[in-house]
Amino acid sequence: MHPIIKLVSQRLALGLLLLFGASALIFGLTEALPGDAAQAVLGQSATPEALANLREEMGLNRPALTRYFEWLGGILQGDLGQSLTNKLDIAESIGKRLGNTLFLACAAAVVSVPLAIFLGLLAVRYRNRWPDKLISAITLTTVSIPEFLIGYVVIYFVSVKLGWFSSLAMINDTMSFGQKLNAIALPAFVLTLVVLAQMMRMTRAAILNLMQSAYIETAELKGLSNFQVIARHAFPNAISPIVNVVMLNLAYLVVGVVVVEVVFVYPGMGQYLVDSVTKRDVPVVLACGVVFAAVYIGLNMVADIVSILANPRLRHPK
Amino acid sequence: MNEQLTHMAGQVTAGKLTRREFMGKAAALGVSAAMASTMFADAARAAGPKKGGDLKFGLQGGESTNSLDPATYASSVPFQNGKQFGDQLVEVAPDGSIEPRLAEAVEGSADAKVWTFKLRQGVEFHNGKTMTSEDVLKTMERHSNEDSKSGALGIMKGIESMKADGDNFQVTLTEPNADLPYLMADYHLIIQPDGGMENPGAGIGTGPYQLEVDEPGVRHVFKKFANHWNPDFGNFDSVEVIVINDATARTAALQSGQVHAINRVEPKVADLLGRAPNLTVHSTAGRGHYVFIMHCDTAPFDNNELRLALKHAINRQDLVDKVLRGYGTIGNDMPINAAYPLFDGSIPQRDYSLEKAAEHYAKSGHDGSPIILRVADGAFPGAVDAAALFQQSAAQAGIPLEIKREPNDGYWSEVWNVQPFCASYWGGRPVQDQMYATAYLSTADWNDTRFKVPEFDEMLFAARAELDNDKRKDIYSKMGMMVRDQGGLICPMFNDFVEGVTNQLEGWESDPTQEMMNGNMSRKMWFA
Repeated sequence: MHPIIKLVSQRLALGLLLLFGASALIFGLTEALPGDAAQAVLGQSATPEALANLREEMGLNRPALTRYFEWLGGILQGDLGQSLTNKLDIAESIGKRLGNTLFLACAAAVVSVPLAIFLGLLAVRYRNRWPDKLISAITLTTVSIPEFLIGYVVIYFVSVKLGWFSSLAMINDTMSFGQKLNAIALPAFVLTLVVLAQMMRMTRAAILNLMQSAYIETAELKGLSNFQVIARHAFPNAISPIVNVVMLNLAYLVVGVVVVEVVFVYPGMGQYLVDSVTKRDVPVVLACGVVFAAVYIGLNMVADIVSILANPRLRHPK
Repeated sequence: MNEQLTHMAGQVTAGKLTRREFMGKAAALGVSAAMASTMFADAARAAGPKKGGDLKFGLQGGESTNSLDPATYASSVPFQNGKQFGDQLVEVAPDGSIEPRLAEAVEGSADAKVWTFKLRQGVEFHNGKTMTSEDVLKTMERHSNEDSKSGALGIMKGIESMKADGDNFQVTLTEPNADLPYLMADYHLIIQPDGGMENPGAGIGTGPYQLEVDEPGVRHVFKKFANHWNPDFGNFDSVEVIVINDATARTAALQSGQVHAINRVEPKVADLLGRAPNLTVHSTAGRGHYVFIMHCDTAPFDNNELRLALKHAINRQDLVDKVLRGYGTIGNDMPINAAYPLFDGSIPQRDYSLEKAAEHYAKSGHDGSPIILRVADGAFPGAVDAAALFQQSAAQAGIPLEIKREPNDGYWSEVWNVQPFCASYWGGRPVQDQMYATAYLSTADWNDTRFKVPEFDEMLFAARAELDNDKRKDIYSKMGMMVRDQGGLICPMFNDFVEGVTNQLEGWESDPTQEMMNGNMSRKMWFA
């Protein structure tokens, strides 16, 4: 078997095992939280009778292990089950929300990843001169400001004062692709500002590291232009660390954007998960948790594989 | 100029002049924008409601976990949804009287034990079925039977039997209750086809708007139901309830015109927001109150002198000014205020007096160990700050309070009604009887102050059976005094409902029962 295929299948198997572990951990932790779904739903209006009735209806009286394995059995057959609180089909709800989350993440990634890498290259080209300092200063500033604050500032100027874009990034099926893009313009912009710095700085650092190498000197002596040396000779060897940090940021764009979702009222996965944890809606928490874990594990796997493919020594192991 | 303005106002009333045109022409006549705006509003109001337009609400209080099943309603968005697609038998009018909805008339027997609701005929559900008394009966059964999980279960307790009888629905009570119609106005008690026994979350009712899109935690869209029994209700083509839990995002959405009305305007931004020219901030005195509650049966709070010491040691006006920024009124250690019918305004106000507090504290003989007050911001907005202010004023009277911060998460199940001294919130009830029966009757599940006084219970039952309002008022006054002087409730303030509404909407009425005109904005307002 080709070593790459072997590696991918090994990683996949390990990933599945990790997912299983993650689901068990999430279930255990949600069970450990005080209260249960019945109490959370009834809140201040809980009477002992209503609580007992609701617990019975939600099936919370059964042992925790029974519930977990029932859920596991369901998911192995592709059935995510029903939400405890509103009885809606989880697969359907998650499908919509995950679609929205991926849409926003993709939009932000399409802008931020090339931009970050380009800015990184630019910073190396003009290292320690004013373009480098300006790029670093701006990106480090935007990453240091809490994202909700950037969101509010953007809303205040662009939406309330200028009226260019809607501050509510609500999208739905009846909208055209263009309308959807228009709706998510502001959150995608804010997310871009948030993830730009780390990718840019990593690109800059990785390439600068290589610029000391002898082969770069050779390239320079060949008479290649400064930017060509960086883009053609240094960048391919710097791909591995850059891909790693890009994947980390992509994962963040999928699983870590709840604050931006709340500020721009975006119907993504984050808010769905937070609401479900608050209401102890265990099947939904598990489903969201597994999806998030899968995204993380998947992207990390991609990063590893790309690193290997980018490195001849790892590609052809002795 | 005056004649011309009057003429123009007449044209507005006749619907011939839009707001934009009117403002433009008025400006040409040298009338200030604020004045022209007022004149336009008056003229438009005189024209009466206009039909059409898509109303959008931006509301706090919606979660991805919300269901349309009325039995589960516990926050703002589900409450608002229910008001769009459903009707109760009766509604509490803004003046506190009972307004007929699906029941045309309500009649009580002389002993206030048997209540007959004469049902409106020809009312159509959104699924095309006609409402019958069976539907009403089954709805009430679903909220009150043994396996009910309804938020209305508590108020349905005193019912002995119910029956559907032709056009009538009849309730027989175990004890007399002159306020029964108010219980039937509860927002959980939306009449559903077959009582919602089969599919309670379908969102089918008799309301002026029918469900079109249901995305819990995101938005709910309703469109006008053409066959509603009252053509005067519901002036909009559609109503969209958008969940915006973040306060800043909510105000921004209102300011930029993406929604027409928002709830829960933060007191600290209300003044600034109100200065915007295109919207109005309405502050409505309600029955909700922010409180600190002590268990009367748990040491050291089983000592009434200590309770009185704490009641005197809280600076109510300071809390209203700082926590509510003036959007509220001071409380008097009883759960009742002037927004309730039969309120006795002559009950003396509890004063903030460090001398009295110190005196009562000395009499209580408390050992001087810190008194633990549990608090979380989830109890009420600003609860942690309120507790800190309380701690400082109490310290001046020599009473050591120790604040223990609890997580918001699980506060209502782990702290409230469990720990002996904590912060809490009560939404209020339409009538005094219901408020006292919910939280101050010895046997009440939510007696969160463990106030158990047989004499008080007797008075409550006596007031229920009393049909003479003067006598009832007298009894309620005594009960209020009793809670004030012996109870475990420290009630520093009643909060106002603070809401932002665009000036494009006409027909605002203050309603103390619940927020957003008791959920009736989409029924009663219209686009100018």
